[in-house]
Parts: sequence; structure tokens; C-alpha cells
Amino acid sequence: MSEPTVEELVLDGNAVAGTLFEIYGDDMTTVLAECASCGQVDQIGGLLAFVHAPGVVLRCTACASVMLRIVHTPKRTLVDVQGKRIPSPPKRT
Amino acid sequence: MKRTLEWQIATVTAIKPETTEVKTLTLRLPDWMAHRPGQHYDIRLTAEDGYAAQRSYSVASEPERTGEIDVTVERIPDGEVSPFLLDTVVVGDRFEVRGPIGGYFVWDGSVGGPLLLVAGGSGVVPLMAMLRHRAAARVNAPARLLYSARTYEQIIYGPELDMLAGQDGLKVSYTLTRAHPPGWKGYARRIDDAMLKEVSAPLGRDVLAYVCGPTALVEVAADGLERVGLAADRIRTERFGPSGT
Repeated sequence: MSEPTVEELVLDGNAVAGTLFEIYGDDMTTVLAECASCGQVDQIGGLLAFVHAPGVVLRCTACASVMLRIVHTPKRTLVDVQGKRIPSPPKRT
Repeated sequence: MKRTLEWQIATVTAIKPETTEVKTLTLRLPDWMAHRPGQHYDIRLTAEDGYAAQRSYSVASEPERTGEIDVTVERIPDGEVSPFLLDTVVVGDRFEVRGPIGGYFVWDGSVGGPLLLVAGGSGVVPLMAMLRHRAAARVNAPARLLYSARTYEQIIYGPELDMLAGQDGLKVSYTLTRAHPPGWKGYARRIDDAMLKEVSAPLGRDVLAYVCGPTALVEVAADGLERVGLAADRIRTERFGPSGT
């Protein structure tokens, strides 16, 4: 079996529903996200998800701009929200 | 109603081969809760040295079956998790799961229909949960499944789909993209607009579509459904593939 192409490795926001639940403490897949670049609005579960790099990147379905990035480090989880309407993650206590 | 998502220890109570590369594992869950068809569970395997690998698997069973879930696992060559689940796990084994997760790619009787399901390969799994729920809950919304597989032998849940088809307004159509048996009467090509038009037309314009499969198939099918007249907001997609976070 050959190496999968980049296209074959694209998943969607559903695939990181568990990770998002961990961060936000709730299901985020039906929350609307608006692309800050082109204005496309999608539910987070429908965004393009790139999960094979050392981190998770969610991108706009229309223009592929970055909407959300998640990186786990040994000490904490970094969340970078770029899309509009996506809430900031709650502060850890 | 907010709830927390906790890891729990599932016990494997049955293993059923579906095809040469696909098996269904039945997992008994101490903290089972009803899922919505289309939702998934995360499975986490932890090695003795503490290394952990985590994957998402769609629930294949209907929520009417309480206390346990079925997950159907396809081999991902060189994968970390699927070869273990397929080759090593035996009845009685235990591992961590959490779920059900996801509110985006879900359908149940309350959502209504008519329902068009388009599956590629193991993308049929969450759609099977929808069809099993539809049968168990006696939802009478008309439904149609278009299922693309490489060969006849790679069709998952074939006998059960044939049994469900023809009951209560469900039609099942297969397309085989690589090889087909002599006398095959189904489709024998990749999904295209003409095929999508044929399967969706009898359901009318208000049809609600769920497409699940590899990314390439999902994009062809979702774009094609729009071209044959479905509204974009009536098309839900889930890309299936090797995950790994």
C-alpha cells in the first residue's frame, strides 16, 4: 500500500470532537465558526481537520484558512483561535 | 444538559468478522449512555511503558441496544491501533473508551427525512447505526443507501443490509468500483452525478443527505448532490480515514 496523499489524510472537525470536548468541557461540533478570511460559516464538526502533524489544525472549508490550532505540550495544551465566533477556551483551574 | 466526558473501561464481549479486513467488536460499557446514531467513541490503548495511542471509532449499533455498543474496525495498514484491535484483541479484553461524542454528523427519528445515505467503504459504519436505529425505532421516513465498495467481498454488513432493504421504505443500492461478480445488477463505477440523481430523485428535493467515506468520495458526492439539486445545508459529511492525535 502506497503512502496516503495529503488529500486522503484530511478529516473533519468530528475527528477531534473528543479533544475539543477536553478543552472546552462540552461538545463543540455543532458550534458555528466563521472564517476570518472569507466569511464562510460552518459548524466546527464540518471544518477540514489536519490531524497528522504534531498538532491539530482546523481549516475553512471554502478557502482553507486556519480557524483553530491545538498543540499539546508535556505541560499544557495550547489553543490558538483564529476563526470568528469560536469561543476562547475556558481558563484552566 | 452538560455532562463530562470521562474515560471508562470497556470489555470486549464479542468479535465478529465482517470482511477479511474488517471486524465488529462488541464493547460492554459500565457507564453506557444512549448515543445519537452517527456519534463516535474515542478508544485509547496504553502500552506498559505509558505510550498511548487514541483513535475515534463510529458506533455501528443502534441506541436501542442498551449497555453495550458495536464498533466496526477496518485495518489501516501500518496503523498503530487497528491492527491491534483486529489481530490481538480477544473476548474479555479491556481498554479505555470515552463517548459518545459529536453532534454534527448525527441523525435520529426526531430529525426526520427523507433520508439519503451515501457511504464509501467503512464510511458505512455510522450510517449503519442510523439504519439500525431507523428499523428499531420504526421511524417511517423514506430512506435510501448508496454504498460504494471496491468489490462485492468488501461490502460490510451485506446480509443485514439486504434484510433491511425492502422493509419500511428503505432501498439499498451498491456500486462496485474495482470488480463485480458475474451477473451483477448494481452499479459498477465510481459515484457520479448521474448515479446521485437516480438515487436522490425519488426522495424529492427536501431530502436530507449524510455522506461518509474517504475524503475524495465525500467531496465528489457532496458536490454532486448540490449539482443535482440538494440544498448545501441539507448535506452532512464525515471524512473517514486514518486519524491520530
